[in-house]
Amino acid sequence: MKTPVYLDYSATTPCDPRVVERMLPYFTETFGNAASRSHPFGWTAEAAVEHAREQVAELIHAHPKEVLWTSGSTEANNLAIKGTAEMYREKGKHLITAITEHKAVLDPMKHLESQGFEITWLPVDRQGRVDLGQLAAAMTEKTLLVSLMAANNEIGTVHPLKDIGALCKQKGVLFHTDATQAPGRMDLDVEAQHIDLMSLSAHKFYGPKGVGALYVRRKNPRVRLAAQMDGGGHERGMRSGTLNVTGIVGMGAAAEFARTEMAQEIERLRRLRDRLEARLLRGIPDAVINGDREHRLPHLANVSFPYVEGESLIMGIKEVAVSSGSACTSASLEPSYVLKGLGLGDELAHSSIRFSMGRFTTEAEVDFAADRVIHEVTRLREMSPLWEMVQEGIDLSQVKWTAH
Amino acid sequence: MAYSDKVLDHYQNPRNVGTLDKNAADVGTGVVGAPECGDVMKLQIKVAKDGTILDAKFKTYGCGSAIASSSLATEWLKGSTVDKAEQIKNTQIVQELALPPVKIHCSVLAEDAIKAAIEDWRKKQAAHTDAAAQKA
Ligand SMILES: Cc1ncc(COP(=O)(O)O)c(C=O)c1O
Repeated sequence: MKTPVYLDYSATTPCDPRVVERMLPYFTETFGNAASRSHPFGWTAEAAVEHAREQVAELIHAHPKEVLWTSGSTEANNLAIKGTAEMYREKGKHLITAITEHKAVLDPMKHLESQGFEITWLPVDRQGRVDLGQLAAAMTEKTLLVSLMAANNEIGTVHPLKDIGALCKQKGVLFHTDATQAPGRMDLDVEAQHIDLMSLSAHKFYGPKGVGALYVRRKNPRVRLAAQMDGGGHERGMRSGTLNVTGIVGMGAAAEFARTEMAQEIERLRRLRDRLEARLLRGIPDAVINGDREHRLPHLANVSFPYVEGESLIMGIKEVAVSSGSACTSASLEPSYVLKGLGLGDELAHSSIRFSMGRFTTEAEVDFAADRVIHEVTRLREMSPLWEMVQEGIDLSQVKWTAH
Repeated sequence: MAYSDKVLDHYQNPRNVGTLDKNAADVGTGVVGAPECGDVMKLQIKVAKDGTILDAKFKTYGCGSAIASSSLATEWLKGSTVDKAEQIKNTQIVQELALPPVKIHCSVLAEDAIKAAIEDWRKKQAAHTDAAAQKA
């Protein structure tokens, strides 16, 4: 086994070697510009792009014409949110989202807010799910878009897309979902789930970085967008710029593998994840699993280790690559807004770690990671005044701290 | 994030982790910080009659730099005197551990912990002297 062990597949995945193999010819041999109409170099590139469009469409049960290439989910989210806001502002200037969305949704929304749009920021419950009654109540005649993610990147909580989609359809509001974390890990079906816009990013499912897609519904209703990138009029004017043919070919291949291998992959990931969680819970008293135990991505575990601070834990387990819920490296010492959004106390938020497994994760790696974490949490607790107080029977919430 | 060798050393081999009897008359205890801020330091000193610090112990909940700052503080405290310990400045800790700007608060916390422990010890001394005076 090689170390460090990579358990951060939700941050990014390695390219699948099969994906790389399909991409390679497009760097050197079939390198044409997909927009070149006057020679075979362009035609071959265009054919490859259109094939990839079919592969991505198939993954989400869409029509290929509804798939628009972008540089990733950040761009797809920006285009979906700002593009519809600009296009439908006559209808009203109200959008709805939730506080646990990725920054790539929250920040475009904030931008719109500064431009005079009204944004409803829905809270979530302890599991990270929005309340559908609250969502319905927030919708008005002026609501033009609801943006709620398919699955959360920090805690893995999955939203009931079908119910949200049905509600939006019934109220005549467009529904955008940031599905960045979803491909190959849960079902995506724009028809069954009544989705109007969906953001995807290839590097989260074994494709290359810097390429993504936005699904834009073409019928019932036909969704129109104001372009956010002006230029040569590529992608039917909605997203100008020479297409990243190599990346697109990679994304197409990645989508194909995600679709065809999802069933076995989900089973395998869930087994690994459950194994990791069971081992951690057995070895560490008071460890807490965050998020929704039932409606959750199969590959992700977000665990709090009370009385131990996340950054020091990560420092101690340097043979294991994971993410911390506390962004203590910034001067603000802010714990994750997602964990805080669940109503988790700052203390639990500060002590949380996200483990995310993937296609190349083995049982041996999971066991190694769990044992390293158990060892280090135990060591740090020996050093922790909070752990000592708890052992003495002191209720930490009753202590008067000298906040600084 | 990259840590200095000294921070790593203190983190991996912390000096003087432990607990002294907080009820003992010659022990001063300082607890500073808050769990919701991501760091809590407990620093204790055991002081001889002449003001020499005989022992120092710490426990810290916090990032590696916070652990290193408090570990280093105990090293400096042991064998020093209360008067000298009071002069320790957070900037000395920053320099010794090569802390980056975002970690300066860890050194501030360590300085606060030293001050709090000394203050606690002084209070106990005063109470002790008062009690002795009343008896006489
Ligand atoms: C839920 C979610 N949305 C959006 C993004 C942004 O994706 P990208 O960096 O590929 O644009 C990410 C990745 O960090 C994500 O996890």
